[in-house]
Amino acid sequence: MEPEWLWYQDRYDLSPYRGIVLPGGFSYGDYLRCGALAAKSPVMSSVQEAADKGIPVLGICNGFQVLCESGLLPGALLKNNSLRFIDKWSSLKLQSTQSQWTGNYKSRSHAVLPIAHGEGRYFISQDEGKALWDNDQVWWTYDENPNGSVDDIAGVLNAQKNVAGLMPHPERAMFDWMGGEDGVDFFSTMLS
Amino acid sequence: MKVGVRVLPRKEVLDSQGRAVAKTLEHHGITLNSCRVGRFVELEFDTNSMEEAQKKAKEVAEFVLYNPLVETYEIEALKE
Repeated sequence: MEPEWLWYQDRYDLSPYRGIVLPGGFSYGDYLRCGALAAKSPVMSSVQEAADKGIPVLGICNGFQVLCESGLLPGALLKNNSLRFIDKWSSLKLQSTQSQWTGNYKSRSHAVLPIAHGEGRYFISQDEGKALWDNDQVWWTYDENPNGSVDDIAGVLNAQKNVAGLMPHPERAMFDWMGGEDGVDFFSTMLS
Repeated sequence: MKVGVRVLPRKEVLDSQGRAVAKTLEHHGITLNSCRVGRFVELEFDTNSMEEAQKKAKEVAEFVLYNPLVETYEIEALKE
């Protein structure tokens, strides 16, 4: 299986793809709101179509912000409570056990992944937050809340469970030399 | 025609920037009931109708300038 980069200014037929990953970074320099301008880029209309067809879509960090801004995921991500950029390893607890995203984590409920964000405070209204829990859409929570996220939320799923967003970085925990391998399952389950 | 779009965080959302500004002011002896930090966007449309310009500004605001989950917006006419 070969990964391919997609250009943000183009539109694609994404139906042959097994999954789509929106990586972290600082799209459009975080101008206006994190992810807001990228959410309006041409490639996102193709991602929206792919998501509607049930293709797995994973957004990491800035990718999570883009998915929230595009309406593919509920909620919004705001400046950290501390106003500081946080860069450290963080212990997470798996909450959703029913989705295709849990993979091998079904048998172990914790993962340790790096976080690196300035605007990772997950916000959702009380009613919508309750609906997230009721619908098994809260994916991962922080063991120690680093940024003031509602209900310690680190990652969420859409109602159909094929779109997932996560503030921590599984791609930075793929090999022992990186400091841990807990990120591997996030990608292997996507392709299983 | 120039139109301004004023975007502010919703009152029920903790505004960490506003809090930081208020705290700094407190250190200087300036106390406030509240302080919220938002953004102001100035838009210029190629029309002579302020009504049309404001209608377009509303469309732009709702398309991308504000996020209804966490922000509110107001539109105002600006002098040339």
